[in-house]
Amino acid sequence: MKTVSFFGEGVTEALHLIVTGDPVVFTIALRSIYVSGIATLLASLWSIPVGVHLGLGGFRGVNFLRNLFSSLIGMPTVVLGLIMYLLLTPKGPLGPLNLIYTPLGISLAQSLLITPIIITFTASSIESVENDIRELAITLGASKFKSAITVLKEGINGVILSIVSGFNRAIAELGLALIIGGNIMVENSGLNTRVLTTAINMYTVRGEFNIAIALGIILLLIVLIINALTNTFRREKL
Amino acid sequence: MTFIELNNITKKFDFFKALKSISLEIEKDKLLGLIGHNGSGKTTLLRILATLSVPSQGEYLYKGEKIGNLYQLKDQTTLVFQKAKMFNRSVKKNISYGLRTKNLPKSKIEKGVEEGLELIKMQDQAEKNAKKISGGEKQRVALARAFATNPELLLLDEPTSNIDPGNAKIIEDAIKKISDEKDTTVILATHTLFQTKRLSDRTAHLYDGKIVEEGKTEKVFENPKNEKTKKFISGKLIT
Repeated sequence: MKTVSFFGEGVTEALHLIVTGDPVVFTIALRSIYVSGIATLLASLWSIPVGVHLGLGGFRGVNFLRNLFSSLIGMPTVVLGLIMYLLLTPKGPLGPLNLIYTPLGISLAQSLLITPIIITFTASSIESVENDIRELAITLGASKFKSAITVLKEGINGVILSIVSGFNRAIAELGLALIIGGNIMVENSGLNTRVLTTAINMYTVRGEFNIAIALGIILLLIVLIINALTNTFRREKL
Repeated sequence: MTFIELNNITKKFDFFKALKSISLEIEKDKLLGLIGHNGSGKTTLLRILATLSVPSQGEYLYKGEKIGNLYQLKDQTTLVFQKAKMFNRSVKKNISYGLRTKNLPKSKIEKGVEEGLELIKMQDQAEKNAKKISGGEKQRVALARAFATNPELLLLDEPTSNIDPGNAKIIEDAIKKISDEKDTTVILATHTLFQTKRLSDRTAHLYDGKIVEEGKTEKVFENPKNEKTKKFISGKLIT
């Protein structure tokens, strides 16, 4: 009973923080959306063309590459975090870029984390588009490039799903954000790197459950709203 | 110069020979009926003619030019597949696809779509999603979509198989119109003999990957020389 009451109080206070628009809660939430949004945008830039190419197939090594990317989906984030840390740390090869402990640094690391997800899901959705669609486009005079774009349009629902899955994975990720970002929060500073997951982790450890629950609810809401919007868009397309 | 000349065309899939040393001449602006039972090689031959596939051996000459590359004739030929595939967009957008790939002005695209819709009598369904229309209607849209590109060579793979007589009649009328009024050479693969008889100027019988008989349609139907063709026309040749 005690646990239920404890959790109930936490939720009530969390809802109060959300409804009253608590600036700390909302700043962290907005930063999370920004950081993971940039990561998704970056990853989409290279992952969608690669995914389309793999989905269309027809070249040597396609199966090897597809297996490789689908295996990389399961890569432990702490391992990727460690690699990225060693690359971005001031003494590392990418040190001069000054990306360690910055929001952009987290975005970059998250973009690499979700690259295999977007590539694999895009390739599957393109592959599931009927094979004849590409030939049909070509026989109607389309160039190879234009026919690939047509296949992409036909499989757009799957591609959107892959992007959303990538975003969901990025925004829910803790290890990378902690290692690369450092959960920094200094008032009136542009260098803050605290995001929802690192904040939830920190407030939980501190025993400040109300704010941790509030941030957890917001994280869930972001994911649910984005999925709902995506599903609405996909239904309209059909 | 012969419009199309095939010399000893063979197509192998691993150890299976789908076409065996086919030689055929096709005249311009004529309608050639390609008859044969299922698996005789009609689709394989059409795919080679459309350059969606290349022969394993032999020579393909198009207006005297040797054809050897995949998709080499994509701007001159159009193939209507046996099972009509639709883009997930409106009937109108499906018909205009080929015109849009050519970056034609909007007025020409609209005119092409109008003519296409009129040809298949679907003016009232222009805005419908092409994925949600019946199988027969899809086949009509596929024909209009191919027709709109104004191809020199139109290849039709069993365009009326598995569709109702009403839709089949509209498609047949459209094929006849294209053949009579346009500078389009049509090759119609079918196992519906009456359709070939009604529409074709010439007929070729494909049996087991080989052309066993070719000639003017009346002659092929009234006085076939090959025993297999005789049996096929009389309905006695099952495989």
